[in-house]
Amino acid sequence: MRSDRSQTAPLALKIAAGCGLAFLHLPILLIFVYAFTTEEKTFQWPLPGLTLQWFGITWNRPDVWQALSLSVRVAAISTVIALVLGTLCAAAVSRSRFFGRETISLLVILPIALPGIITGIALRSAFSLAEIPFSFWTIVLGHATFCVVVVYNNAVARFRRTSASLIEASYDLGADGFQTFRYCVLPNIATALLAGGMLAFALSFDEVIVTTFTAGQQQTVPIWMLEELIRPRQRPVTNVVAMVVVLVTFLPILLAYYLTRDGDQIAGTGK
Amino acid sequence: MNRLAPVAAQGHAPVMAPSSGGLRGALSDLFWRRPRFLLVLMLAPPLLWLGIVYIGSLFALLLQSFFSIDEFSGLINRQFTLKTYGDLLQAANVDIIVRTVVMAALVTLASAIIAFPIAYYAARYARGRWKALFYLAVMLPLWSSYLVKVYAWKLILAKEGILTWLLGKLHLGWLLDAWLALPYVGGSSLSVSATGTFIAFVYVWLPFMILPIQAALERVPANLVEASSDLGASPGQTFRNILLPLALPGVVAGSIFTFSLTLGDYIIPQIIGTSRLFIGMAVYAQQGTAGNIPLAAAFTVVPIVIMGFYLWGAKRLGAFDAL
Repeated sequence: MRSDRSQTAPLALKIAAGCGLAFLHLPILLIFVYAFTTEEKTFQWPLPGLTLQWFGITWNRPDVWQALSLSVRVAAISTVIALVLGTLCAAAVSRSRFFGRETISLLVILPIALPGIITGIALRSAFSLAEIPFSFWTIVLGHATFCVVVVYNNAVARFRRTSASLIEASYDLGADGFQTFRYCVLPNIATALLAGGMLAFALSFDEVIVTTFTAGQQQTVPIWMLEELIRPRQRPVTNVVAMVVVLVTFLPILLAYYLTRDGDQIAGTGK
Repeated sequence: MNRLAPVAAQGHAPVMAPSSGGLRGALSDLFWRRPRFLLVLMLAPPLLWLGIVYIGSLFALLLQSFFSIDEFSGLINRQFTLKTYGDLLQAANVDIIVRTVVMAALVTLASAIIAFPIAYYAARYARGRWKALFYLAVMLPLWSSYLVKVYAWKLILAKEGILTWLLGKLHLGWLLDAWLALPYVGGSSLSVSATGTFIAFVYVWLPFMILPIQAALERVPANLVEASSDLGASPGQTFRNILLPLALPGVVAGSIFTFSLTLGDYIIPQIIGTSRLFIGMAVYAQQGTAGNIPLAAAFTVVPIVIMGFYLWGAKRLGAFDAL
């Protein structure tokens, strides 16, 4: 005998879940609306009028372009470093058991589990103790450190699904270690690495707390926005930049999702 | 065997070239004969990076919390002392710590309450396309820009913003005014009140709570809930006695994120909130304008210690299986 399995949710649950999702999404949509406002000084609602002029003004702002260029360069290099370190770490942890294996997972996750301000001030105090001046590379140093974890999470999940006998078969057929890596391991983990890399890029592109401690006078996009939020100069320009940032980060997230959706867990909870 | 023979006779060329000699071959052979050597070679770069850059910096920070600052010259005295930790216990600093911990606890509680229905619906009722859609609906806000999310609430909570307008249309403006007149939670508008800080925190960390709760609820067999109602339990009883205990590890796992992130954040209270300090802002102010790195370092030890105890408790509740 089997009890009737109810397939529809109670109304109260539907409403609560719907309201929760609306709470998550409406504020981001509101940013899109505000990018078209004609009001310059306040956040007045309803909008007094609609205009496209702020897009042109933002386009011609050199400081926005400089911040964007710095952010993209930092994110690209941090992602490359994180890809190398994260993959090595994941390969080592998943292909063998050794003393201290659990500690390595903890070590990789720590930079993101501890509040960003601790990572930030730790790096800054280390730089000042070692008398390293702030530069492009001090930003990269911080970003790469916490980006390792997303690559690592994605790569570990994929290695777990990849059968070890594939590698043995490759050796049996006469391939050497490098050939096995190139023709057997890499094609298997490529999409996971791509997804991890995209998430790392998005994470670095968006990071603000650690960056405020390691950037000195340089401005990445989030630092530029923070500066505008604390001391606003031209609010509508901030609205436009905010909208563009949302769109730019959505693409890698969606791509990463489609690359790993077959069975893998995206490393979202590890952010 | 017969069918295989002709294939072998034709002598199919191997897909890959045979192993080359020279350095590359020697290296490859070495890796195969001594897997430990390869392991060390793979682990060395990430461990050196994390060990030197991260753990090294953390120790440098910890070390500095035992230095002190000379109150007259403003120079840092590099001698071991517990004086800085004594400064941490001044009434004003204890105030900051208590305020931050209370805020973190309230934010965690509110996120759990809002997250639970979403996670439960996604885990039990959403199927196929809807499931994927729910997943993306949580992932996109989780990964979209932190500052943009904070900025969105600055827009919403502004005195001339959409929330005031909405409440006015609903003839509830008096409720907002009454709330803002209260001590502690009120202020001249929501965007400069502790309530505003709280709402922004809940919004920004909510996705971190949904995902682990959903993971925990996915593992609750649906027939347990049915058995409970078959045995005559009301939905409320089923929730209290069946669902909540089984989902608790997920809630605790999510609370690790919401709690830890709130403890260390200094940007949200700076943009949306009163001038009262939180731990993160105190750290930032001490190391920046005040130049008192030892006290800033001592302040960061507080969240580390609190999170240490929190993680220890969470581990005992089995929260790490739900991550």
